[in-house]
Amino acid sequence: MTTATLSRWNRFRESFLWYSFKRDKVAIASFIVLLLMVFAAVFAPLFAPTNPYDLAQIDIMNSELPPVGMSGADPAFPLGTDAQGRDMLSTILYGTRVSLLIGFGAVVLQAALGILFGLLAGYMGGKVDSILMRIADVQLSFSTLMVAIIVGAVFKASFGNLMFGEIAIYMLIFIIGVAEWPQIARTVRASVLAEKKKEYVDAAKVMGFRTNRIMFRHILPNTLSPIFVIATVQIANAIISEAALSFLGLGMPETQPSLGSLIKSGFDYIQSGSWWITLIPGLVLVVLVLVINLLGDWLRDVMNPRLYKG
Amino acid sequence: MLAFLVQRISQAVLVMFVISVIAFAIQDGLGDPLQEMVGMSVSMEEREALREELGLNDSMVVQYLRFAGKAIQGDLGNSYFYGKPTLTVIAEHLPATLELVIGASLIIMLLSVPIGVYAAIRPQAWLAKFFMGVSTVGISIPVFLTAIVLIQIYSIGITVEWFPADTGWGQWLNGALSTDGGMPSYGRGDDLTHLFGTWNSGFFSELGLMHLVLPCVSLASIMLPLFIRLIRAEMMEVLQSDYIRYARAKGLSSARINFLHALKNTMLPVITVGGVQVGVMVAYTILTETVFQWPGVGLMFLEAITRSDIPLIVAYLMVVGLIFVITNTLVDLVYGLVNPTVKLTGKKA
Repeated sequence: MTTATLSRWNRFRESFLWYSFKRDKVAIASFIVLLLMVFAAVFAPLFAPTNPYDLAQIDIMNSELPPVGMSGADPAFPLGTDAQGRDMLSTILYGTRVSLLIGFGAVVLQAALGILFGLLAGYMGGKVDSILMRIADVQLSFSTLMVAIIVGAVFKASFGNLMFGEIAIYMLIFIIGVAEWPQIARTVRASVLAEKKKEYVDAAKVMGFRTNRIMFRHILPNTLSPIFVIATVQIANAIISEAALSFLGLGMPETQPSLGSLIKSGFDYIQSGSWWITLIPGLVLVVLVLVINLLGDWLRDVMNPRLYKG
Repeated sequence: MLAFLVQRISQAVLVMFVISVIAFAIQDGLGDPLQEMVGMSVSMEEREALREELGLNDSMVVQYLRFAGKAIQGDLGNSYFYGKPTLTVIAEHLPATLELVIGASLIIMLLSVPIGVYAAIRPQAWLAKFFMGVSTVGISIPVFLTAIVLIQIYSIGITVEWFPADTGWGQWLNGALSTDGGMPSYGRGDDLTHLFGTWNSGFFSELGLMHLVLPCVSLASIMLPLFIRLIRAEMMEVLQSDYIRYARAKGLSSARINFLHALKNTMLPVITVGGVQVGVMVAYTILTETVFQWPGVGLMFLEAITRSDIPLIVAYLMVVGLIFVITNTLVDLVYGLVNPTVKLTGKKA
């Protein structure tokens, strides 16, 4: 078993992917920053000085303390505190965790939907193709953020504030996943159209394999690299969409904040001079999205898949 | 051309039908109109009678047809909060949003074309690389965050005290990095010029323009990187094509080649993408208007959600849907007109 993994590792080290990664300083830097942020977010309970979900650890007397380096700062709160007296460092660590979870979950959902519909549309062709792609076109012309805002608004109006707050994570994953599936479906369809003309598909047909088997076992593995590229960029988009929804009050509640709801709750206090409550989570959000986007750009250049333009 | 026209318009009607069904489902699914109208003391029999009278016992199809019939005549019900017809409320708020979109579009058009073309002609120049880097960062900054940063810098102002104030360079750096603020960050200002109907414009007074600056820059900031990248990519592709090489071989001046021959074909795809981006822009106006408390339809929609003002939510969906459908259809038609290679009747490739 060890030899197998070793040879796989060696194969990876000799691959073009690793070669171009080693030579691209931007990619290396982005990857390290992303890895650090994911690590800090996943193990937030170990790193965070306080638990922002635990009301017993919050003292309202500590509210709106500035970060270290400004007058009036408390060294116990390196990034200051928010209006409720929560430690900003802890809320940001926990908030990054929520944002990453939603971003990742939404992309898994949209990849599942997008791969299924993209495979069906590309392989079946005809009526199935034109109906699915028409739906995708219409949904894209409305812009995914708009669809997400509308669905979020309807859910919030029908569930009520409290109920919505409790299931917000699942709702957001669902809303963003459903709103963004056409992006992946189009990419998958484009590569399926190219793949299905190839000889190995003809061979599989001649051997009498079922359609499902040909679609998922034969064609799908050959369309994975463009899916991989677009999924990376889509994680960044999903994180931005989540932040936008939370900022509009259609996302995570303040008791269980994501980066977006932290920015929203801080925005109410920006006029009183407490810029750090909104701008520090904002900076974290931008860095997170930027490094994912930079990695996505690099992946696209390396894998150079036939991405659907536009 | 006629077949193309009929196909596109019937498609638009179909999409509008789907939107109206969704809007109807939302109206029907959210809340019971009887509960809004009568109190606790009304008996079951009276409720049932009222239900019958209002037509709430009719089949869904009949109810939908009634809804659609009224909608076509421009009646989408009354807003609970404003107590006025919803379309009137939207008409009152729409000019503010349109001015925001116009202002942002002007900024985008004036900046994206020169920067995109420059980055395509001189891809290796450090200035072009700088613009591309800035636009990568720009795509990663959500529009509401840009807006908040702009408010902090230009409206509230920042005081920098990082450098020693007792030295000349320290003082200079502190002063150079600090801003006074003072730009308006809330609403449209009082000095609006009445144009016609419900349109009061902020474009004709200094105060109105001052109020427009920050929201328009924020809204433009999110779309600008996208357009710069698009124009650059398209232009670079065009510059590789045979007819450009032929024009160079013929000895035409590079200004003539770049701006007359290449730019013309670059702008074609930009029209389509630009038209589709109108939809994205509407979503971003909701965010921008929330930050700046801009009294447009986006803020109105968000307030309608918090107030559970269902008729207004439904009317907003219908109006925004109509705007999307009309712009998309127009863009398709214009594209068909300016680019004769588009197959007019067949499906898109």
